[in-house]
Amino acid sequence: MNNITAERFTDGKPNLRRFHQARWDEPIIFELGQAGQRGVLVPEVEEGIKAQVVNPFEGIPDELLRKKPPKLPEMSQPAVLRHYVHLSQETLGVDCNIDVGQGTCTMKYSPKINDQLARMEAMTELHPLQDESTVQGMLEIFWHFEQILKEISGLDRFTLQPGAGSVAIYTNASIIRAYHASRGELEKRDEIITTIFSHPSDAACAKVAGFKVITLYPDENGYPDVDALKAAISEHTAGLLITNPEDTGIYNPKIAEFTQLVHAAGGLCSYDQANANGILGITRAREAGFDLCHFNLHKTFSTPHGCGGPGVGATGVTKELIPFLPVPLVDFDGRNYFLNYDFPDSIGKIRPFYGVAPAVLKAYAWVMALGAEGLREVAEIAVLNNNYLLHKILSIRGASAPYAEGKRRIEQVRYSWEKLYEETGVHSDELGIRAADFGVHYWTSHHPYVVPEPCTLEPTESYSKEELDEYAAIIENVANEAYANPDVVKNAPYNSTVHQTDHHPLDDPQQWCITWRAYKRKAQQIPV
Amino acid sequence: MSLKKIVYPYIPNSEPGVKAQMLKEVNASSVDEFYRDIPGELRFNGQLNLPPPFTSEYSLRRHIEKILGKNKTTRQYLNFLGAGCYQHHVPAVCDEINSRGEFLTAYAGEPYDDHGRFQSLFEYTSMMAELLEMDVVNVPTYDGFQAAATALRMACRITNRNKVLLPETLGRDLLSKIRDYLKFDIEIIILKHNPATGGIDLQNLEELITHEIAAVFFENPSYLGLLELNGTAIAEMAHRHGAICIVNVDPISLGVIAPPAQYGADIVVGDIQPLGMHMSYGGGQAGFIASRDEEDYVMQYPSRLFGIAPTCVKGEYGFGDVAYDRTSFAKREQGNEWVGTASALWGITAGVYLALMGPQGMKEIGEGILYRSNYAKQELGKLKNVSTDVFRAPHFKEFIVNFDKTGKTVAEVNHALLEKEIFGGKELSHDFPWLGQSALFCFTEVHTKEDIDLLVSALREVLA
Repeated sequence: MNNITAERFTDGKPNLRRFHQARWDEPIIFELGQAGQRGVLVPEVEEGIKAQVVNPFEGIPDELLRKKPPKLPEMSQPAVLRHYVHLSQETLGVDCNIDVGQGTCTMKYSPKINDQLARMEAMTELHPLQDESTVQGMLEIFWHFEQILKEISGLDRFTLQPGAGSVAIYTNASIIRAYHASRGELEKRDEIITTIFSHPSDAACAKVAGFKVITLYPDENGYPDVDALKAAISEHTAGLLITNPEDTGIYNPKIAEFTQLVHAAGGLCSYDQANANGILGITRAREAGFDLCHFNLHKTFSTPHGCGGPGVGATGVTKELIPFLPVPLVDFDGRNYFLNYDFPDSIGKIRPFYGVAPAVLKAYAWVMALGAEGLREVAEIAVLNNNYLLHKILSIRGASAPYAEGKRRIEQVRYSWEKLYEETGVHSDELGIRAADFGVHYWTSHHPYVVPEPCTLEPTESYSKEELDEYAAIIENVANEAYANPDVVKNAPYNSTVHQTDHHPLDDPQQWCITWRAYKRKAQQIPV
Repeated sequence: MSLKKIVYPYIPNSEPGVKAQMLKEVNASSVDEFYRDIPGELRFNGQLNLPPPFTSEYSLRRHIEKILGKNKTTRQYLNFLGAGCYQHHVPAVCDEINSRGEFLTAYAGEPYDDHGRFQSLFEYTSMMAELLEMDVVNVPTYDGFQAAATALRMACRITNRNKVLLPETLGRDLLSKIRDYLKFDIEIIILKHNPATGGIDLQNLEELITHEIAAVFFENPSYLGLLELNGTAIAEMAHRHGAICIVNVDPISLGVIAPPAQYGADIVVGDIQPLGMHMSYGGGQAGFIASRDEEDYVMQYPSRLFGIAPTCVKGEYGFGDVAYDRTSFAKREQGNEWVGTASALWGITAGVYLALMGPQGMKEIGEGILYRSNYAKQELGKLKNVSTDVFRAPHFKEFIVNFDKTGKTVAEVNHALLEKEIFGGKELSHDFPWLGQSALFCFTEVHTKEDIDLLVSALREVLA
């Protein structure tokens, strides 16, 4: 018998995994199944009903009845199941990989117990319009979780209505608008200030709410530029929408000065806390002078990301802004929890009902498993992991972490491969595609690429030292390949589900196929 | 940094020895060093005032189960509430697939590592496209409200106009959402309803429609459950004035009811919660927007649109973002509205639902709902002093029950029903005072004849 184990190491270090992602070469679902197959049967209409209702279509005009059945697949139940199991296996969730490569996204572990609890009938089988007396447990969780967020932020009230981070930013912009309107100053105050290292939605949502957007660029050290802020502030300033630490992982030490300057000009300050994971229990919105903030429960509070939602963008405000929050809020009268609609100045509804309740439940469970000490541990380990990974990545040829040189970072780092690109001609996104061959994600950054050839890594608290070592070893290997044989990287991926894709048709109106129906018409030239 | 006793199961490096070793490797004496940029006066001193944790998984489960145990579910009580969130059967395979860790915990990877996510969302939009008979469907937005509000903004961008017409019977919450979303630059004009049918008053539409109107928006079925009988006429009138016709539809009706594209809708929106999502106290909502495959329309979507594309291997399907440069991801405030995390997992789930149901299942569920709701309407209509004929128009799964002549308010009726473990219809009296003491009752395939008969006899007792 060979010592197989010994062959898995070189110089005492584990070899990289010989990963290969699932490749089922899966047909499109419309190519599967056969006429007449059924995936699930619906409850039959009882004879007693049929006897009473002679024609269920009575009164519906002919033009309003569907003549041709929809061309949906016709598949047996196991065939549907297998198809989607294949597709799931071709998807790299946090549960499958060392997911430090999707920076700004806080790809932490989502505890399974919380998923199980959220699948209980006492959660899933509740109608949002049930009498309040029958949903006291649900309302209790909303109310208690709000108290938790108030403590974590120092702000005075939260709504859990927004369905994720961007719409929470929009909610904050809408509240800022309502506040200025209530003071008769909206005409004059039509500018929102943000920074280029805040999420694109901080700019985009402000515009939808009707504001002109002023974007600040960092100073030479990567810090938001206080002089640029001073130049941007005027009697037109409605507010500031800003992240801190920014997507570079750099904490703005002058944040209190920022909020003071905006307040002095009559504006409000809204804190995009998408990057809160490294500062839970360390520093809060209130002390930094913010009037509003939001947390992404699907990021910092571990409710899973679900391929892109549903999530929650929990939105908090100071006392002065409570009247403008979306309705209803969940209140407690000492005996009962209830939905409070009595806010005449409210901006109204942001989504139907009250929020993504299962995500609220999971976030609540996550905090209740950790407590204050545990939350601080989350922050401290996330930051330790990040600085540990920073140390590892900076030792790789061609890598750098622009700005704030020699300083520590909070929970993530925006790296640059500019040097590697200049020396090898390999772009950052190409490194990422090659990294996929080893079973991990890697994300460049939001546009525009202010940091040249960027990549953003955020290790969170969920990965062990060995896993961080493994991730760094993968990146080092890919960087070394770029120097040794750039084509190896440029022609990647090899071990993924699919190979290099030709993206040109996706930008050509004559060729793009957004659905199978369009594909049949445009690519297969089958008349619809 | 203090070496704490607890090694947290979710935090591998909370093990004190590992922590110390990592600090040493990065040449830091404590974690505090990493926070040096945070000024002292901004540091939170001490410990957050949070409830003591349930550190074992078992104690956490007990804690949460105890709280949730205070709820009464729609499995325990008979439920006839709808009004935007609907009790339908959720096939087991829907739950099986959206519980799979690969989907549940994925996020925003590239097509190379998340091919399955791209394909399953492409298939979702493709199946919706067949249901809707339209060639473009977006990756889900948050909910049907957002879909409606965004469609109105899209119409304004496409037409370069800034007035929209909305029906008087719109749900108050949706109207509130739209008012907020369009507030700063779009004027909302309300269309009267036809007092006989509850649909759009065509004469009023004729009066209000001009070449300044960007969109005529209506619902089919309406918030009040009624089918709009004049879809073709409304769409034609909109088109004659260069306006876009937007229809908000219940997708589960479309196995039997004509897709709005057939009567002239340009953009169709709605909420996919009925297609395989549990109600979850309103957590199952997700929105769709659909249109024809025309560049003018496609370029105005804010959402991600996934397209199929060739790879360097013959016969291999690849995927990617269509016209990414339209989005805020590419262009910040220069993109269309914004894009971000929304409700993707519910899109995948709705795809599973449509694949399981197939054309026959969608037809049968539509028929089954019509049978049950018509039966319920007949039987409730037989109750003394109860009216189910507020409007003379067909409905799909919801209809208005009026209690004006019973001498009882909806609140009283629903309270009495609750004592019999029945959730009565959504009260309409506050939102639509002109409907008097009315409630909106909802019937779906989950209701048996016995359930409906039980409601009727309970109401008979309550009103006696």
